[in-house]
Amino acid sequence: MSVLLEVQNLKKYFNTPKGVLHAVDGVSFKLERGKTLGIVGESGCGKSTLGRTIIHLLDSTEGKILFEGKDITHPTKKELKILRREMQMIFQDPYSSLNPRMTVERIIAEPLLIYKQYDSKEETYKRVRELMDIVGISPRFADSYPHELDGGRRQRVGIARALALEPKLIVCDEPVSALDVSIQAQILNLMQDLQEEFGLTYIFITHDMSVVKHISDNILVMYMGIPFEFAESKELFKKHYHPYTKALLSAVPIPSIKYKKKPILIKGEISSPINPQPGCRFALRCPYKQDVCLQQDNPLVELSPNHFVSCARAREVNDV
Amino acid sequence: MKEKLLEINNLTVHYVVENEVVQAVNNVSITLNRGETLGLVGETGAGKTTLALSILRLLPDPPGRIADGEIIFNGKDLLKCSDKEMRKIRGEKISMIFQDPMTSLNPVLTVGEQISEMIRLHRKVSRTESTRLAVEALESVGIPGERYLEYPHQFSGGMKQRVVIAIALACNPELLIADEPTTALDVTIQAQVLNLMMNLKKEKNTSLILITHDLGVVAETCDKVAIVYAGEIVEYGTLEHIFNNPSHPYTVGLFGCIPNLYQDVKRLKPIPGMMPNPTDLPVGCNFFERCSSRMDCCKEKKPATIEVEPGHLVKCFMAGEELTGR
Ligand SMILES: Nc1ncnc2c1ncn2[C@@H]1O[C@H](COP(=O)(O)OP(=O)(O)OP(=O)(O)O)[C@@H](O)[C@H]1O
Ligand SMILES: Nc1ncnc2c1ncn2[C@@H]1O[C@H](COP(=O)(O)OP(=O)(O)O)[C@@H](O)[C@H]1O
Ligand SMILES: [Mg+2]
Ligand SMILES: [Mg+2]
Repeated sequence: MSVLLEVQNLKKYFNTPKGVLHAVDGVSFKLERGKTLGIVGESGCGKSTLGRTIIHLLDSTEGKILFEGKDITHPTKKELKILRREMQMIFQDPYSSLNPRMTVERIIAEPLLIYKQYDSKEETYKRVRELMDIVGISPRFADSYPHELDGGRRQRVGIARALALEPKLIVCDEPVSALDVSIQAQILNLMQDLQEEFGLTYIFITHDMSVVKHISDNILVMYMGIPFEFAESKELFKKHYHPYTKALLSAVPIPSIKYKKKPILIKGEISSPINPQPGCRFALRCPYKQDVCLQQDNPLVELSPNHFVSCARAREVNDV
Repeated sequence: MKEKLLEINNLTVHYVVENEVVQAVNNVSITLNRGETLGLVGETGAGKTTLALSILRLLPDPPGRIADGEIIFNGKDLLKCSDKEMRKIRGEKISMIFQDPMTSLNPVLTVGEQISEMIRLHRKVSRTESTRLAVEALESVGIPGERYLEYPHQFSGGMKQRVVIAIALACNPELLIADEPTTALDVTIQAQVLNLMMNLKKEKNTSLILITHDLGVVAETCDKVAIVYAGEIVEYGTLEHIFNNPSHPYTVGLFGCIPNLYQDVKRLKPIPGMMPNPTDLPVGCNFFERCSSRMDCCKEKKPATIEVEPGHLVKCFMAGEELTGR
């Protein structure tokens, strides 16, 4: 298996009136071709910022991004143009990301026209029809406008547009969060089918643990810009070493009355990472907090094979 | 014998927009006992909020109109109450929590004042006493009393939602209606808020109608469940009925749609298609188009409600079939 994307110690800071906001603060991972990396965490933890920085919608503050082995951290204009077609994004709210004045057909054609993919209009629109077929939108919607479509179909349009230029990597930012579960399942299945058919690699951003478990090969748990835990999906749901991951997973309501579990209630909530102090950013809410937690930053450590945790007391707490 | 608090009979609610009639709630019947929690589950547009607003008589009118039915609360039909009586009931006897906490908080008043104002509106107490009660209410939802003088924008989403809960519970209502109270919150905060709501509810023996689309939340909080589809209750029963023996194809479908944390499935089983347009409901079963067990008769007429086991109601022809050993 070959690595498509590698991110090394990636950081994205924003200057705000109150100080420097560490939205993404040292994320590293490797993502293999054809696989899905799930990124989970609560609102404001930096998931979208990470995704946008990787595909160069935002400039990184520090760190490296390697795509197909090549350093693309600071691409030239020409390189960026190529990258823009190889990396695409699908958004949570397809409504605000689709031009309301364009028809479905035109929206999907847009990237093909910008990149002058075909010589003739006929060829372009033939490809558009093909894309509509691939994502399951009936041709009778070709002349509809986004507001005339329901959420599920709008998301299909967003997916068709992302697929148009045959990208290698797609960053999916909460693509099903706004959909009802019956429609959500339709879209998740479609995304899995497309991945298989076109060998796509996904970064799948979500705050829904059940969805991320279902769709991902590997999962990265983030908290206030910091990667807290990284493991294979199956492994992570069996063993979670970080006290935050434990709390997060225990808080997920299970749609079954057979598993009665008590959520680990943690106090307080995620605060904004402006001028953060050194030490673990979860410490103030953590039931296992000791002085050592605030004394130093904690890099990701491989606690068991291919399972990484950033917690000063991980060994003690988990008895490993 | 449990004491009945709310009984809704054959409620039908329409919105009339530009010569079209949106059939938002169709012939819905519900009973709720004191201290019980009823979960109303269904997808967007199923009619959950409309049902809740009807109970409080807060439907936007026009276009909303209660076409038929009765809502008996404490033995009294709310649909026959005067506006004045209704104002007294709202807040004093029945409170509602809306999905977005910001819509129910006033941005220019401190959170403390908002709670104490609510108390003074419904109880004859002095200003000092209402302030004391408001501080108590804040602390009951885990917010330190000294934050009384802060404004909503100084609070995070979870804290704001807790203030909304404090306001809703300040007057000890007998019935609390919560419309997706935690949908906008992160799971760890959701766990805090649900835990708090359930504790307060238990303490005061409040009845609760919890509107949600999350079957996980239902499993953790509800005693009874109503599955709503295209304005109808297609299945109704105790938590055990719905989770151990889901009997309407839509309910069964819902369970197949959600990825499970404790079970690996390679592929989800989506329900194909979409909910029918409520301005143009079919003659037969509303779920016909999407149903995997449909029969010819389902297209021609609407199924009646069948009691498949005591207290477990299902609106489906198949449900009866199964009972007779299909
Ligand atoms: N353009 C910006 N300027 C300043 N701060 C920003 C900007 N964009 C994001 N942030 C901040 O960066 C942090 C991470 O935000 P981000 O949107 O990446 O979070 P997220 O994990 O995607 O959250 P959500 O689940 O709510 O989408 C937040 O504190 C946010 O307020
Ligand atoms: N003010 C309104 N005017 C017209 N139609 C409405 C109005 N409010 C809701 N509806 C319609 O009524 C139906 C039920 O909506 P609602 O009660 O909000 O469902 P839910 O809360 O289950 O999502 C939907 O078809 C919706 O579009
Ligand atoms: Mg985001
Ligand atoms: Mg609603």
